[in-house]
Amino acid sequence: MSGPSTYNPKPGFEKWLDQRLPLPRLMHDTILTFPTPRNLNFWYTFGGILTFCLAVQIVTGIVLAMHYVANAELAFNSVEKIMRDVNYGWLIRYIHANGASMFFLAVYIHMFRGIYYGSYKAPREIIWILGVLIYLLMTATAFFGYVLPWGQMSFWGATVITNLFSAIPVIGPGIATWLWGDFAVGDPTLNRFFSLHYLLPFIIAGVVGLHIWALHVPGNNNPLGIDVKTPQDTVPFHPYYTIKDAFVLVLFVIFFASFVFFEPEFFNAPDNNIPANPLVTPAHIVPEWYLLPFYAMLRSIPDKLLGVLVMGAAIVSLAVLPWTDTSRVRSNRFRPTMKWFFWMFVVACVVLGYCGAQTVDATIFGIPAVWIARVATLYYFAFIFPIMFFVGLFETPKPLPASIAQSVLGKSEGGDK
Amino acid sequence: MRLALRISLAAGLALGLAAPSFAAEVSTRREDKPAHFEFETLLGTYDRAALQRGYQVYKEVCAACHSLKRIAFRNLTDEGGPGFSVPQARALATATRVVAGPNDAGETHNDSGEPLTRTGILADYFPPPFPNENAARTANGGALPPDLSLFVKTRRHGAAYVYSILTGYGEKPPAEIKVPEGKHFNPWFEGGSISMPKPLNENGITFSDGTKATIDQQAHDVVTFLAWAAEPKMEERKRMGISVLLFLIAFAGVLGLAYKRVKSEYALK
Repeated sequence: MSGPSTYNPKPGFEKWLDQRLPLPRLMHDTILTFPTPRNLNFWYTFGGILTFCLAVQIVTGIVLAMHYVANAELAFNSVEKIMRDVNYGWLIRYIHANGASMFFLAVYIHMFRGIYYGSYKAPREIIWILGVLIYLLMTATAFFGYVLPWGQMSFWGATVITNLFSAIPVIGPGIATWLWGDFAVGDPTLNRFFSLHYLLPFIIAGVVGLHIWALHVPGNNNPLGIDVKTPQDTVPFHPYYTIKDAFVLVLFVIFFASFVFFEPEFFNAPDNNIPANPLVTPAHIVPEWYLLPFYAMLRSIPDKLLGVLVMGAAIVSLAVLPWTDTSRVRSNRFRPTMKWFFWMFVVACVVLGYCGAQTVDATIFGIPAVWIARVATLYYFAFIFPIMFFVGLFETPKPLPASIAQSVLGKSEGGDK
Repeated sequence: MRLALRISLAAGLALGLAAPSFAAEVSTRREDKPAHFEFETLLGTYDRAALQRGYQVYKEVCAACHSLKRIAFRNLTDEGGPGFSVPQARALATATRVVAGPNDAGETHNDSGEPLTRTGILADYFPPPFPNENAARTANGGALPPDLSLFVKTRRHGAAYVYSILTGYGEKPPAEIKVPEGKHFNPWFEGGSISMPKPLNENGITFSDGTKATIDQQAHDVVTFLAWAAEPKMEERKRMGISVLLFLIAFAGVLGLAYKRVKSEYALK
């Protein structure tokens, strides 16, 4: 879809620059005239929202780093200094802390949308794999970031997660020590986590660049999941999608701002307002909400090593979706059976998140939460392999419309009224 | 706006965003008293008079054992805080002695081994009651009175919790709870046995503004003060939030109209 460039540089400087570094041409072709399916719906605005989230996290993070001290003795106090004495420090920190939750909320919507409309299917496999990689980097970055305030949950979260590596036979304990830079989570750990927390977002930004580049080769998928056939099927990205994306982005920012200004501690564990204390373990060690589903998987498996492997596989196995899905049709709009399995997948993820927040011995309607988590974990993986594979083979999809234009503009194809 | 927030919060919950605190907790303590504070509402502010009385309660009662190390005397004059005038805060500061830096001879302690002290200034943080943790534990039967700077924020509904603890003394312990010697019965505390003796007494202090110092009143005021100490920028935050949301809603309206316009233009093509 990235056809011949329609950029026409003005004589003079623009032309001179175009022959040397065609940056304006790139912008013109990718942001202004880029032909985009005309039927993208609300759920397709989250790519732009995610770019915004990344930018917000990087900008607020750089400012926070100017005031933060990565030292086990000073970190908690420096964060409180930011909250109390730095000009608008409270605002910057609350944006950054809630921004992480908003980022994950948006990325989950973006991923579920990709699965529902089959956006991972050929020829968009690489976009999808890069997306899984971005998500993996995001979880690592968020984890490192959560450790930095050096509160109780920071410290004990870091202890639990880094200890997972000790489950690896033979070399595990050595790896854990190597990660800590000490014999327990301590000052060296905090320092390296800060370093990595500052580094990874720029790597994410780089992979996002590749993600968008890869997207601009075949162009956007769309809710019908059918290919763009004629120019009638598309509209130029600007002004149609720039304005639509901006509109939904502002709605998203309203949601974001309600938390920042009126319920800023909503996503925070109150225990993290207590400075880290290696001698006192909090009653429950729970990760941030966006990691709860994986935490539930980990806890639902009695064997530690197996649990760690399953947790890792839950993220990595998403990358094989383009090949386990055998359907000829992309969009679930035309897949009457798969649609149900998709929504059950969403429910399984939410149920896992819920179970992850419960105590280990909790029961839900009399059923042990750990068993509910086991069933949900099983379904999670079953969805990726046998369900995707066999439903694709045996399902009879509904008939697809002839073209995007016909579907959107009505039956009178090409009717110039 | 409150409705919008409630809806968004509810949506958040429905999406399974339940924050970790929603974890089911096995607890033996009594549920918090239904105490409501004006600052807890969506647009609520701190009651200025309660903050000033609360400071008095902290100073005359809590400060005997609990530090408040993140608050400086200058903070008492901050906007959105207790609203003491600068001379008032300065008077409070100069009434205290704080540990001094080295003197001209480079000494930090006098001949009898006591640290050198000087009169407090506005920039000084509230001096702690004990020089270190060991001293605090020794003076309190092994228990460490926590610093109160962030205490209200260390649990959900921390204000109601602190209020319940402060007003929760005086009942006879049930037979199944053995209160060890040196501990005190308080059913709002986990386990029922708390190291802190009953801190507040009817008319235990004389409020300078003439308010009757019931236990309830003192607890309410000191909780308000501690909530401010934990979240001193709350008023500024909420005030800015209103402007930000009003702007964003107007901006969304403009963009919504613009979107409607491009949509109709492209649909006609």
